[in-house]
Amino acid sequence: MLTKRIIPCLDVKDGKTVKGINFENIKDVGDPVELGKFYAEVGADELVFLDITATHEKRKTLSSLVKKIAKNINIPFTVGGGISSVEDVSLLLQCGADKISINSAAVRNPQLITELANRFGSQCIVLAIDTKFYEGDWYVYLNGGQIKTDIKAYDWAKEATSRGAGEILLTSMNNDGTKQGFAIDITRKISENVSIPVIASGGAGTMEHFSEVFIQGKADAALAASIFHYKEIGIPQLKRFLLQHNIPIRI
Amino acid sequence: MNIAIVKYNAGNVCSITNALNRLGIEPVITDNAEYLSTADKIIFPGVGEASSAMQYLKAHHLDNLIRDLKQPLLGICLGMQLLCRFSEENNTDCLGIFDLNVKKFSSPLKIPQIGWNSIDNLSSELFKGIENDEYVYFVHSYYAEIGKNTIATTDYGITYSSALHKNNFYATQFHPEKSGIVGAKIIENFINL
Repeated sequence: MLTKRIIPCLDVKDGKTVKGINFENIKDVGDPVELGKFYAEVGADELVFLDITATHEKRKTLSSLVKKIAKNINIPFTVGGGISSVEDVSLLLQCGADKISINSAAVRNPQLITELANRFGSQCIVLAIDTKFYEGDWYVYLNGGQIKTDIKAYDWAKEATSRGAGEILLTSMNNDGTKQGFAIDITRKISENVSIPVIASGGAGTMEHFSEVFIQGKADAALAASIFHYKEIGIPQLKRFLLQHNIPIRI
Repeated sequence: MNIAIVKYNAGNVCSITNALNRLGIEPVITDNAEYLSTADKIIFPGVGEASSAMQYLKAHHLDNLIRDLKQPLLGICLGMQLLCRFSEENNTDCLGIFDLNVKKFSSPLKIPQIGWNSIDNLSSELFKGIENDEYVYFVHSYYAEIGKNTIATTDYGITYSSALHKNNFYATQFHPEKSGIVGAKIIENFINL
């Protein structure tokens, strides 16, 4: 049976991991490769590396980092952050990324999804949607949640699917950072109405939140950062908990 | 040991090269007929679409070359599907090593299947040291039917062939190069055949 995926997200700035404290057995928690290897060994199903560097040098740093990750990590990983062109994607895939995630650039130019899917295949194109509940509906936000658009998250998810996106990474800005649980309603609405997998993100605080987003939210995967980096929940412990709640999980 | 990876337009050679490197092996990525014919083992990877991959193989005379190989060959993902008889993906006649059809998963399942699923009914030296129900990583929209060459099965709505074997030809629908320690063991088993 296909299992639900648990995906730690590592924020990377100038080639170093941001966040992440007190991991025994890791020489340098600031090293994305070391931290990624650790997560792979304790049972993460995939990894997401989100590049938050804002400098012009970022592509060079990022591509050499992606090469290092690909050499050392034997589970799938996605790279995201500021990706806006076919050339960006081509370079990262050549360096060994399994998937790339696109966000604002795809909203500004939806044709980008079509081009990327045709060129590289849907399986490596993750569409990231940042969404916020505003006056009765969930809207798409750009630039890390700073700019509101008039596009509804549900409509955008449907369009992106028909354009060839392979997965949707859905982050609720209302829930992100609150540790009060995932946005169940919009996750469920999108997951039940698109034909591609949905990764829920934003709000994980307890193990119950994960079982909720899988059972009620119908998510195919769940992504979290802080609770893993600050060791509030261990991945082995979380996976055992989910298995006990009859959720298909790879142990 | 000379390990060759078949170079063509649908080859995702980066991940498999890294996986072999982790086992201390430096593969050669090539479409050179002489090298491929004399290598000890061949890996036939594949990510992409069946008809354009087959067109490329034919145009570069790699189709007959692959059929005639005598040394162990491992097809991965699309590589496995291309070793079958026919694929529903753009109605493509494939290499015909395995007498099986490749079909599209039907809704209401999420397509592609993405993630870790278990492999059962393991019956090959390729899986030496691996238990039934171990998890490996899949990304695919099409699947090979069950047949007499099936050496592993997986369930996703239907039960399908997640690995095949006939003579010197081995194939996995999943990505051993992305399947953690279980996948590394499968690659090692192939290398040690």
